[in-house]
Amino acid sequence: MFGNSTKAAQIAEDVTDLTAVQGRSLWQDARTRFVQNRAARACVLVLALIVAFTIIGPLFAQWDNEEIDWDIMGNVAAQGMPSLATGHYFGVDDLGRDLYSRVIQATTTSLLVGLIGAAMALFVGTIYGIVAGFIGGRTDSIMMRIVDILMAIPATLVIILLLVIAGRSFFMLFIALGAVSWLSMSRIVRGQTLALKHREFIEAARAAGVSEITIMHRHILPNLLGVVIVYASLMVPEMILAESFISFLGLGVSEPYTSLGSLISEGAGTMAYGTLWQLAFPLFFYVTIIITMFFIGDGLRDALDPKDR
Amino acid sequence: MTLLTVQNLSVEFATPDGAVKAVTDISFDIQPGECLGIVGESGSGKSQTFMAAMGLLPRNGRAMGSVQLNGQEILNLASPDLNRVRGSDVGMIFQDPLTALTPHLRVGEQMREVLQVHKGMVGKQARRLCLEWLDRVQMPVAARRLDQFPHELSGGMRQRVMIAMSMLCNPKLLIADEPTTALDVTVQAEILELMADLQKEEGTAIALITHDMGVVARMCDRMQVMRQGCFVESGTATEIFRTPKHTYTQDLLKAMPRIDASDAPQVFETKARPILRVNDIKVHFPMKMSGGLFGHTVPLKAVDGVSFEIRQGETLGVVGESGCGKSTLARAVLQLIEPTSGGVSWLGQPIVGLKRAELNKHRKDLQIVFQDPLASLDPRMTISASIAEPLLTYRPDLTNRERKLHVAEMMERVGLDRTLFNRYPHELSGGQNQRVGIARAMINRPKLIICDEAVSALDVSIQAQIIRLLRELQAEFGLALIFISHDLSVVRAISNRIMVLYLGRVVELGDGETICAQPRHPYTKSLISAVPIPDPDIERTRNRIKLPGELPSPLDPRAALRFLPSRLAAGETDYVPDLIKYAPNHYVAEHDPLEVILAG
Repeated sequence: MFGNSTKAAQIAEDVTDLTAVQGRSLWQDARTRFVQNRAARACVLVLALIVAFTIIGPLFAQWDNEEIDWDIMGNVAAQGMPSLATGHYFGVDDLGRDLYSRVIQATTTSLLVGLIGAAMALFVGTIYGIVAGFIGGRTDSIMMRIVDILMAIPATLVIILLLVIAGRSFFMLFIALGAVSWLSMSRIVRGQTLALKHREFIEAARAAGVSEITIMHRHILPNLLGVVIVYASLMVPEMILAESFISFLGLGVSEPYTSLGSLISEGAGTMAYGTLWQLAFPLFFYVTIIITMFFIGDGLRDALDPKDR
Repeated sequence: MTLLTVQNLSVEFATPDGAVKAVTDISFDIQPGECLGIVGESGSGKSQTFMAAMGLLPRNGRAMGSVQLNGQEILNLASPDLNRVRGSDVGMIFQDPLTALTPHLRVGEQMREVLQVHKGMVGKQARRLCLEWLDRVQMPVAARRLDQFPHELSGGMRQRVMIAMSMLCNPKLLIADEPTTALDVTVQAEILELMADLQKEEGTAIALITHDMGVVARMCDRMQVMRQGCFVESGTATEIFRTPKHTYTQDLLKAMPRIDASDAPQVFETKARPILRVNDIKVHFPMKMSGGLFGHTVPLKAVDGVSFEIRQGETLGVVGESGCGKSTLARAVLQLIEPTSGGVSWLGQPIVGLKRAELNKHRKDLQIVFQDPLASLDPRMTISASIAEPLLTYRPDLTNRERKLHVAEMMERVGLDRTLFNRYPHELSGGQNQRVGIARAMINRPKLIICDEAVSALDVSIQAQIIRLLRELQAEFGLALIFISHDLSVVRAISNRIMVLYLGRVVELGDGETICAQPRHPYTKSLISAVPIPDPDIERTRNRIKLPGELPSPLDPRAALRFLPSRLAAGETDYVPDLIKYAPNHYVAEHDPLEVILAG
């Protein structure tokens, strides 16, 4: 009468079925454990505040991050300190640019670098590791030897070379960080896959006629995900650290854009002239992000694989 | 004077879901030199009772009541005081001898540590005493063992080390927590014999914690039956076995499979053609050995020429000790492992070396149930998703709704409540999970199911239920079953025919009745004589056949000829014993007379 009635009936029945007892999946268990972890919960809150600050902060800014306050420029040490009156809430940098806007911009950059770097590692490393571990045999040996060789080259060197050859840009920075970060991820995923693939439920799936590719994404991937997420979350601060280090060396993001690493580098350079705020503000954000990230990663680990505690 | 007096002992654990009572208000005592059996199923609190008494509870545990050793209160003592008691007045043996020994210390060092702590004995004197005890527990080549690491010893030898170690200070009480559960039956028989001898010679009292009624019947003077943290029945072993009063004890005794059971399946009479034929199947794994510049590979013959056939509706039991290739055989038959050579034909068609897609057509009819119910289910999937998985492959025409109905039907058939459908494996008990595994295997109405140690990880009463379920399903659907287990009495309870494997080869194949009542091969004889029977009268008068030596490594080329020493002596190390037809339906591998083998 109204088109496909069996489909409608099915939907109706599916809805009524939902009234049955709901099982508690391992994900739900993990969420409960994570919420119970007070340190991790507090850190999520702090991190959320920082992210909110990078979004809402610019609305209150009175200066653009590229604009130079010519009145102060010559006399930064005496007039450039943080003040509400001048509109420079965090003071100005060595060139007289508003530090408030620059810190917001730098925090955004660092967070993006961390997230995108870790995401790339997650994506490439997981696929590479699963394929190597699941196929096994010679393929596995060759794939893992390639990883070994790449790992033997110092990561910083690779990043610096890439940035020097291809020029400094946001895009290149993500590529360079991603290029080195997936290596250890793929090793971890491969190890986990090896352990999983001899479990009985994989054999059971095979006996049920499930194809290898389906086994990979239906049985192996969901069981890996816990470990992978934990590792990726611990990788975020690592990425931020790596980017800061490169920026500190003077490579990395180019002007007028900046990152926490380069701001700290500049601040450290002018520390002796009594402009401590130039170091203190970026450092505060930097340290807060790193610490909260590590705590969140730890909390995730406790929540997702409680056996390893 | 009583040795150990336990009064009103209660043990509680603080968990996130509130306090859990493991043991409630129990009292018992142990007299010097006697053997007390504490029997119960998993979770009954039998281990926790003694853990609490010895002060070995985890942090969240709390013990109340009173435990007196030689009239001295030892419950909740500070650990320095307890350490004086543990190891010196009371020795303990645990279930898993590998995890109970420190892996990086040599056997001798671990043993000497006990002497140093409790007796202040060091050096040559300590070494001599250790050696003496290793000899007394009948450790082969004891002197060499002192300098070996635990992983170099077999399970039985490790348990001997544990016993020697706990006996070093001549304790008055030996607490044995499932001392033989992880061991093969023949090794179990030897260890139990050893413990009984020590009890007699040293006058040591033994508290034997076990789930196995057969072991209790063999060893214990008195016994306590424990259930959910309480004692339900206590008395002398003979009394309880003859006239169990509590219904739980009665059920437990009834559930125990017995090798001399009368209600076991009889000879399978049928004219039906065999549905599965396995012909001289071999599975060899290349093992890398050190030696030479690059090392060399030696084939590990996990399955070495096994042939059998099975008819519709029949059950074939496969028994053998650990490492005899039972599980490898199951996987090779199902083509989960590629056999090295040999043929498997299903309904007359060969299935070895088929392409994945071709093979999948047959897989619908060939299913497997695994040993560990929890490990064989994907922890991130609901049980209904696991059960439905074979349907996704073989019945893609079904709608979600129909699939759900099929699953619900099958769940009810195997005795699972329909409302459990979106539960996860970790929320269910072992028995329920095994039912899920059976439902998954049954969902496509297969013609053959291989049960690989399917009930070994379960409690006795659950085990009986699962076996009953399998027999019902078999009758209902005309299934053929291959039932693999290390436990001969369980195999007997379900099989029409029994095949005995020894290091990858069949040593005896025949009807269940024949194999258990009139075994021919020395190995079968020793295996059967080692299986404990839950009846103290029979169990204590049985004659045991003890084969000399440990179970040899399958890598040893001479191991295959253990029952043909005459050929070995003649230097024919490559000789392969033939399977000789002894009677219709009864095949026995070539062997020397039992007396020759016993003479070793």
